[in-house]
Amino acid sequence: MINTVTESSAAPILSVRDLKTYFFPDEGTVKAVDGASFDLLPRTTLGIVGESGCGKSVAARSILRIVERPGRIVGGAILLQQNGSQVDLAQLDPQSQEMRQIRGGDIGLVFQEPMTSFSPVHTVGNQIVETIRLHHPVSTQEARERAIAAFRSVGIPKPERRIDEFAFELSGGLRQRAMIAMALSCGPRILIADEPTTALDVTTQAQILDLLRSLQEREGMTIILITHNLGVVAEMCETVVVMYLGRVVEEGPADAIFHNAKHPYTQALLRSIPSIHSTARAELPTIAGSIPHPYNRPAGCPFHPRCPDFMPGTCDKAEPGLTVVGDGQAVSCFLYDRT
Amino acid sequence: MTEPTVRPGAVVDEEVALLPSVAEERISVATQWQLMWWRFKKHRLAMLSTVIVFLFYLVVVFADFLAYSDPLASEAQRSLLPPHRIHWFDEGRFAPHVYGLTGKRDPATFKRVYTPDPEKKIPVRFFARGFEYRVFGLIPMDRHLIGVEGATAEETLFLLGTDEQGRDLWSRLMYGTQTSLIIGLVGVSLSLILGVFLGGISGLYGGVLDTIIQRVIEILRSIPTIPLWMGLAAALPNDWTVIQIYFAITIIISLIGWTELARVVRGRFLSLRQEDFVMAAELCGCGQMRIIFTHLVPSFLSHIIAATTLAIPAMIISETSLSFLGLGLRPPAISWGVLLQQAQNIQALAISPWLLIPSIPVTIVILAFNFMGDGLRDAADPYGQ
Amino acid sequence: MLAYLVRRLILAILTTWAVSVLSFVVIQLPPGDYITSYIAQMSSSGSFVSEQEANALRQQYGLDQPQYIQYIRWMKMVLQGNFGMALEYGRPVAEVIGDRIYLTMVVSVAAIIFTWCAALPIGVYSAVRQYSWGDYVATFIGFIGLAVPSFMLALILMYFGFTLFNANIGGLFSDEFAEAPWTLAKLWDLTKHLPLPALILGLAGTAQLIRIMRANLLDELGKPYVVTARARGLSEGRLIIKYPVRVALNPFASTIGYLLPYVVSGSIIVSLVLSLPTVGPLLLKSLVAQDMFLAGTIVLLLGVMTVIGTFISDLLLMWIDPRIRFEGRQ
Repeated sequence: MINTVTESSAAPILSVRDLKTYFFPDEGTVKAVDGASFDLLPRTTLGIVGESGCGKSVAARSILRIVERPGRIVGGAILLQQNGSQVDLAQLDPQSQEMRQIRGGDIGLVFQEPMTSFSPVHTVGNQIVETIRLHHPVSTQEARERAIAAFRSVGIPKPERRIDEFAFELSGGLRQRAMIAMALSCGPRILIADEPTTALDVTTQAQILDLLRSLQEREGMTIILITHNLGVVAEMCETVVVMYLGRVVEEGPADAIFHNAKHPYTQALLRSIPSIHSTARAELPTIAGSIPHPYNRPAGCPFHPRCPDFMPGTCDKAEPGLTVVGDGQAVSCFLYDRT
Repeated sequence: MTEPTVRPGAVVDEEVALLPSVAEERISVATQWQLMWWRFKKHRLAMLSTVIVFLFYLVVVFADFLAYSDPLASEAQRSLLPPHRIHWFDEGRFAPHVYGLTGKRDPATFKRVYTPDPEKKIPVRFFARGFEYRVFGLIPMDRHLIGVEGATAEETLFLLGTDEQGRDLWSRLMYGTQTSLIIGLVGVSLSLILGVFLGGISGLYGGVLDTIIQRVIEILRSIPTIPLWMGLAAALPNDWTVIQIYFAITIIISLIGWTELARVVRGRFLSLRQEDFVMAAELCGCGQMRIIFTHLVPSFLSHIIAATTLAIPAMIISETSLSFLGLGLRPPAISWGVLLQQAQNIQALAISPWLLIPSIPVTIVILAFNFMGDGLRDAADPYGQ
Repeated sequence: MLAYLVRRLILAILTTWAVSVLSFVVIQLPPGDYITSYIAQMSSSGSFVSEQEANALRQQYGLDQPQYIQYIRWMKMVLQGNFGMALEYGRPVAEVIGDRIYLTMVVSVAAIIFTWCAALPIGVYSAVRQYSWGDYVATFIGFIGLAVPSFMLALILMYFGFTLFNANIGGLFSDEFAEAPWTLAKLWDLTKHLPLPALILGLAGTAQLIRIMRANLLDELGKPYVVTARARGLSEGRLIIKYPVRVALNPFASTIGYLLPYVVSGSIIVSLVLSLPTVGPLLLKSLVAQDMFLAGTIVLLLGVMTVIGTFISDLLLMWIDPRIRFEGRQ
């Protein structure tokens, strides 16, 4: 019932199909990602947005197969195109050689916290050299040259010196650049950036986003950008996936999402962005209620308790499926479900 | 919803760290101490340990009642008797009794050897009369939890055997428990006073005073303590009374624990001083004393309680060690260490292994205090994590 | 880095000084002075010391001077390697102590090495396989180590050694080596006897360290740099050893600072039970006999050795932790 919605000339480099990642702590089951599907087209940027707790980070970690216990993938497929063939990452052993080659080799990850993403007792260079040598059979010296080149390519001044410093010696912006350099050091085709700018100040944020964009143009990289910042999405992404409580509620081209949002949740999200055109002192609209606790997920459409268009008897009974509503745009809401 | 389904601090992942609204409300109106109690209750081992500690202190209070023979009544004839078994049933009837002992002289070694005589049944009674004592030092009493009828307890009942002087180990263990646990408490109180005072000054005023106190603590922590305490304890005059020695030893061992407590108090003061609520109180014109006693102390009291609980085992071990060496409490005082001193040489131990029995309560109490302290420490900061 | 080094060095010197004062206090504490004890000792063995002789001796030892001058005189003596006479033995203190101080250190260091070798893998295992069967076993052993004072553990092991194997498990040397001069064979004999005292002395510390290691590592395992390393394609085993274990090792190294005094303390009392030829039994004997120069010297030497050990561990820590090395540079 959930089908591919994105139509495009190019074949997707990665497609996630009905992904389910659940956590099993002692207290019960948490369905962090519950049937998410999306496609990633080569050389584009896909934005995954949602409030914190919607499962976007877990989705990213599921792709890399680094979901930590007590979580695990319980269903779905993660199909990665590799030299013409297709690998289902969900079926691989997370510890296997193959999966480890993909991690860092084919798919790089950039984290929210550049400070704590580096080991406090190893130099930055040590970690990058390690990554390079893990994926390419080169000498330490050669790996070091490559690491310096990677540093240079992300715009770190004096890379030969910086490479031998510890993360705590670098400034916040430099640290995030170093982080990106590390993720890119093995030339991955896909870069997953999980809230890459959240911990940075606004000026640095803009620089990092610029860097990502220019890298994409130069290297032809595909990016998954995970963020709760709709402004960043508008600036960066071609395609947008909106998640709520582990489910994709709406997806489509950025233009369509921003100008013609269908799902009440997406609409509410967009309304809650402060606008420069709004009346001064006008109260910013917020979404009523708060995200339900993951243990007591509402029945039916997970958004129904907060939804302004709640239809009793429909929305609290069954879960809506994704319905195509426009060119590449799909929404999971009974308002548009004509079946 | 009767119980909050989620531990307040349980974070599975940042993605799922949200509370159900009902529990959330219950939690948000609870007082600090209620929150701590809820959290402490979850720590099963700590709860169990608290019960055990409580039981041990019951022994402290009712040692006279639980003992059945005079702990000092010695009799060479009964030297090193093995533990006595109570037979609960007599021909299918509930009638607890012990067998009387008949002494024979071994013709080869000329030692008296005692063997239980199944013919001589001595009934064991509850709430039996025995030696006299005073409840809480006031009310005269001669009832004991158990005792024997028809003979004196000193001569017939040896639940845990006897020591070299023929004194009943069970009764001595009751009194030893009393002494050792009281010393633990008194010692920790002294440490607490010292620790809170010095740690408080250090944390509150900072500056040179803080530096000096911190260095003193660091120095004390880096010196091997036992040799030093041994030196101090050995210097106590021989002609001191049991009571004097008792207090001197308590003071000596209290000198061990204060550094850790001072460290905790100082740390708390330092971190709390920066909190907004302290700033708010200052801006409202609260005096320093008021800030300390109505704002700061209540918010770290729980930490102090936890640290204090964790300091008690060290006190008990110190007393036991010193007395074991013969440098702590000296007979006729009875403590766990004094009891264990008899097990010091391997020959005695090989012939009469029951002399090691006092090590069991020592271990249990130390474990119980540790678990209890761990539970308290985890519960001490209900808003944390 | 230099600031750290200077700070630790000053602390070491201060501690040494404090130890010397405390040792002096121990010497001075018992009623009567050295000469009184000496006279008592002499007269008990039948010789007579006249009042004049006594006064002459007092002057020679400076006992008629104020306390602080006595302290300085004593320190001067000590610095020249003269620790005074051991009354009971009628020989110089240094001679009576002899090898024992080194054996004390050997036993203590062996205990610490045991502690590290046991606590590191067990702690790592406990954290990585949290709540597994092995973790529970480790936790249980940890609690036993925590709750059973070392001398009691020694007693219990002695008892079992005696009843089960009919062997006396005490001592550091076999009988034939006890009085023999140092040879390779004797050294080997010592090595064979070391594990048991090391285990007994080290168990409590091991228990603590396992708990520390487990808690630290559990903290570290959730840190983003571990997830990053995983995302870079490192294998789980290599990753854990290289990153979180390495970071969790820092508090591990710093614990030696209080582990050493603790172990040295414990060695005194355990030596007594196991009759090890360390300074432990000697200290007790000298204290009971009020042979204060001997006792004070032992307290002093133990303290100084501990200070040196702690200082070495500080250097080790500096080598391990770049954050300390870079302190004050920025």
